[in-house]
Amino acid sequence: MDLGIKENIIALVSLNRNITSASVPIFFVDNEEKQEETALLIAKITMGMVHDLRNGVYAIVKH
Amino acid sequence: MENHMLSIIVSIFIGVLSRAYMMKIDHRQYPSYPQGFLSHITLGLIAASLGAVAIPALSAKEFGAVTFLSLAAQQFRDVRNMERQSLDNIEPTELVPRGTAYIEDIAKAFEARNYMVMLTSLLTSLSMNVARFLRANKEIQVIIGFVIGFLVMSILKRFLTRQLIEEIAEVRPAKISFDGPLLMVNDVIIMNIGLKASRKIYEERGIAVEIIPKNPSASSTLSNIGQRQAIQHQAATQLGIRKDIDEPDFTPLARRNPHNGNLVMALIAMEPNVELLVNVVNKTPVLETCKRKPRGKYLKE
Repeated sequence: MDLGIKENIIALVSLNRNITSASVPIFFVDNEEKQEETALLIAKITMGMVHDLRNGVYAIVKH
Repeated sequence: MENHMLSIIVSIFIGVLSRAYMMKIDHRQYPSYPQGFLSHITLGLIAASLGAVAIPALSAKEFGAVTFLSLAAQQFRDVRNMERQSLDNIEPTELVPRGTAYIEDIAKAFEARNYMVMLTSLLTSLSMNVARFLRANKEIQVIIGFVIGFLVMSILKRFLTRQLIEEIAEVRPAKISFDGPLLMVNDVIIMNIGLKASRKIYEERGIAVEIIPKNPSASSTLSNIGQRQAIQHQAATQLGIRKDIDEPDFTPLARRNPHNGNLVMALIAMEPNVELLVNVVNKTPVLETCKRKPRGKYLKE
């Protein structure tokens, strides 16, 4: 049986420094390339999927 | 019992033949070869012998022997459990899972095929014994047994054959596009893909289909999640999926257009051949448990 966290936001990768969160870790980055790279690295580690929220924030979600 | 030997042998032979006839080792790679094949042929042999000895046992006034038939029914329910368990166990190892509905459907088919074998050999033995009772000679008995056996076999085969998607829907190639991060097929949103690299792969190698149901019943059959999962699994296993466990971006998802009930699916295959994808989706079985036939206003519209 596969137990684990599912359908959950694991991390946010943000260009916008005004974003705050009480429960989800936020990774601040300076440019879009860095954002892609960080999001990819976190997604590979957590087996999550990267979603673009279109406001300069990428959410990594475990499905 | 000596007099019954001929009918028993012929009925068992016909029964095993009918099991082999229903054993399709085709593109679905199920049952697996060689071990799965052997175990099912052997179970078929047992089912055939049960069907074959029922009539001789009755005519010898061995009524107790008939209770063995109920034992047989129990045995074949176990076949269903066995198939279900083994498929459930390998489910986590599939990149694109079969889904519980598909597993249940496969398990049910295996149980039904054993009953088919039992019925075929039962009716074969019945016809031969009737022929013997009417004092037909041995050659005539054998011929009658074979004719009735093959007749029952082909009728049951037709009866047990499942519908395919192509009978309830039309499958067409579709167009992949992006609205920002949103992956769309024929303007139906499938999912949000954040990474630009993944979007590029979709644009370069993605293939997609649209499944258009032919009537309202087909539409609600296709809306079933188990049915969609079966389509996804078939497409991924037949075309070879370009995905690893850490790449959920490339999971094929069949999504429904809520306005008209059409399904759309995009896939990154090892072999990006859209004709092949259309063919595979067409040949996916319609799961028995997912069939719907709504009544009333919905159907009239």
